Amino acid sequence: MAQIRIENVRKDFGSFNAVKSSSFTIEDGEFFMLLGPSGCGKTTTLRMMAGLELPTSGEIYIDGEEVGQKPASQRDIAFVFQMFALYPHMNVGKNISYPLLCQGMPKAQVKKKVGEIAEILGITDILSKPVGGLSGGDRQRVALGRAIVRNPKAFFMDEPLGALDAEFREHMSEELRALHDRMGATTVYVTHDQLEAMQMGDKIVVMNHGVVEQFGVPQDIYDWPATKFVAQFIGSPSMNFLNFEGVAANGASEVLLDHIRIKVPQVLEGAKGKLTFGIRPEHVRLDDSAPYRGRVTATEYLGTTQIVLLDTPNGVVKSRVASSDVVRVGQTTGLSFDPRTVTIFNDQSGKALLSHANKGVLAHG
Amino acid sequence: MAEVTLTGVSKSFGSDVALEDVTMTIPDGSFVVLLGPTGAGKTTTLRMVSGLDKPDAGVIKIGGRDMARFTPAQRDVAMVFQQYSLYPHLTVRQNLEFPLKSPILKTPQGEIDRKVGEVAEVLQISHKLDNKATALSGGEMQRVSIGRALVRDPSVYLMDEPLSSLDAKLRSDLRIELKNIQANSGATLLYVTHDQIEAMTMATHVGVLDHGRLVQFGSPREIYENPVSVYSASRLGQPRINVVPADIFGGAPQGAVSIGLRPEHIVQGEGEDSFVQRVEHLGDQTRLHLSFKNNDLITVTDAHTALKGGDIVKIRPEKPFYFDAAGARMA
Repeated sequence: MAQIRIENVRKDFGSFNAVKSSSFTIEDGEFFMLLGPSGCGKTTTLRMMAGLELPTSGEIYIDGEEVGQKPASQRDIAFVFQMFALYPHMNVGKNISYPLLCQGMPKAQVKKKVGEIAEILGITDILSKPVGGLSGGDRQRVALGRAIVRNPKAFFMDEPLGALDAEFREHMSEELRALHDRMGATTVYVTHDQLEAMQMGDKIVVMNHGVVEQFGVPQDIYDWPATKFVAQFIGSPSMNFLNFEGVAANGASEVLLDHIRIKVPQVLEGAKGKLTFGIRPEHVRLDDSAPYRGRVTATEYLGTTQIVLLDTPNGVVKSRVASSDVVRVGQTTGLSFDPRTVTIFNDQSGKALLSHANKGVLAHG
Repeated sequence: MAEVTLTGVSKSFGSDVALEDVTMTIPDGSFVVLLGPTGAGKTTTLRMVSGLDKPDAGVIKIGGRDMARFTPAQRDVAMVFQQYSLYPHLTVRQNLEFPLKSPILKTPQGEIDRKVGEVAEVLQISHKLDNKATALSGGEMQRVSIGRALVRDPSVYLMDEPLSSLDAKLRSDLRIELKNIQANSGATLLYVTHDQIEAMTMATHVGVLDHGRLVQFGSPREIYENPVSVYSASRLGQPRINVVPADIFGGAPQGAVSIGLRPEHIVQGEGEDSFVQRVEHLGDQTRLHLSFKNNDLITVTDAHTALKGGDIVKIRPEKPFYFDAAGARMA
C-alpha cells in the first residue's frame, strides 16, 4: 500500500490546459475523492496518477518514488472504469484470475487467491458462471475482484457507480466503502456527485477549471469552504449567498446587511467592496423577533425537514427547518443566522476571507 | 387543463403483466408523480394516457371524454421523454415553435414569438435560441425538449424522467422551475421518476406502483408519514427506512413481523446499546451506521457529533411502523 504525492502537476492537450499546477498528498490507506463538475480536470488528474496520461510538467510520487513519466504497467496500480470492462468470453473465475496468470503465478496459488477474493466480495457461488448473464452489481464485483487480486499499491476508480440507478448506487457505495475498510488499500475515486464524495471519502479534493479549489476532510470543506465555488458545489441545497456592498473590517465581528448589524466570526483579513455573506440553509432560523426580514415564496417538503425559500433584500435565502413547522407562502418573517457558521467571501477573488472560525481549515488548504 | 381518470386499466405484454386493474384520478391542476422501481408500470401508465399504447381492459378519460378512439395527436397531450428528441436540422427557436405551427393549432406568429420567448426565459436558454439544436450540451437539449412541451397548452403534460440525464445542480434548479410553472399555470402534470427527491418536492400527489398495481396514492407527506406497506415506506426517504425484525426492540403487537424505523425515529442516548460501525459526515447532518443485535440500522445525528466507529451508543425506537408477514402496515 502506498502514499501518493502530486507536486505542481500540469497537463496540456495542445493549447488546452486541462490541469494547472496541482499539488496534494494522498496518505497511505486513504479513500480519497477527486470531485468537480465535468471538464474540471479530475479524470485527467487520475489518469496521470495511473500513468494513462503523462504530465506536461510536475512530479508524481508513489511511495516516495517519482513515477511521473513511467507507463501504467510499471506503477503497480489497478484501475476500475465506469463501464465494468470484463472479458465476455471468460467466466467469472477466469476474469478474476487473468491478471495473475499473466504474471506467471502457479495455478494452485492462483486458485487459492481467487477463492479468497471471491469470499471477500461474496461471489463464491458464481465463480463458474459466464459474465454475460450477471446483474450489474455482480459485474461490478467481478471487475473489482480483478483489480484487487493483484494486491496493487493503489486503486484508481473513475466514476465506478456512475451508470447505476440511485437505489443500487447507494447500496454499492456502501459496499465499496466497507470493502475498503476491510482491505485498507489506498483508493483514489473520481466523482461529480458531491454527496457520494462526502459519504465515502476520508479526504476530498475539489477541482474546477483545472485548479484545485480546496483539499481536506469532508466536514471541514462543508463547514469552511475556501471559495464561493466550493461553497456552491458542496451541499444540497447549496450555501446561501447574500450579496452586499460594504466592509468586513480587520478584527470586526459584525457586518451590515441591509443596514442591520449581523454577527459573524471575527474577521482576520478584512476586505471592502462587493462581498458575499455565506450561510448554510440549516443555520438560517425563522425567528419573528429578528430584525432582518424575508418573505416566504415557496416550501419544499423533504420528509424530516423542509426547505423554505425566502425573498430578502440581499437575494433568495433557503432555510432548512423541521417539516412539522408551519410555514405559509406569502408570510413575512424575521431571519436569524447562526453567527458561528458564517463565511464572508470577496466577490472579486471568489475567496473566503480569513476569520477566527475558518483559519484552522484554510491555513493548511 | 383537464382531469384524467383511469378506471380498471390493465395491460399485458405477452405473459408479462405490466399493469393490473389500475384505478386512479389525476385531479385537474395537480402534479402527480408515479414512483416505483424499473418494471413497476410507471412508463406503461404514461403511454396508456398518451395513446402510444392501448389498454387490454379499462377506460381512460381526459376531461371526462373516453379516449379509446383517439390517436395520440387527437388527445391533446404533450410528452417529454427521458431521451431528448429534437429536430437536429432546426434551430432551438424552430424546435420550440414547431408544435405551435401545427396545422391543427394555427397559432398567429406574434403569439408564437411571445410564448417561445417566455419559455426560453424560464428554462434559461434565451441566449441559445438561434443555435442549431445539435450545437447544445445534453442539459440544454433536454431543456429545449421540455420547452417544446411547455409552449403548448395541452390538457395534460406527460413527462418520463425528464431530469434524469441532467447534472445535480441543474436538476435542482429545474425541479423548482417545473413546480412553479405547474403551480402558476394550473397545468395538470403526470410525471414518472424513480428519484424520490423529485417526487417529494414537486408532487401534489404520489402514486406508488408495485408490479403493475397502484398500492398507495396520496400527498408526499401522507406517504412518508403514513405508508400502507413496507414497500410504500421504502419509496420515500433518504437514507431509506430501516426494516428489521419486529421483536428486536420488544413491544411489538401480535402478528407483527417487521418494524419500520425512519432514521430520524431512532432516539439516541436512551434504551439499549448499539455498536457504531461507521460515521458518515454529510455536512448538514451525520449518518450513523449502527449494528444492533446483528441488524444494521442507519440513523442521523448532529453534523459535528463526536461519535466515531467502534463507539457504543444507546438507542430506542420512536413512532415505529409495524408490518405483518405480507409487509402490510399494522400500526
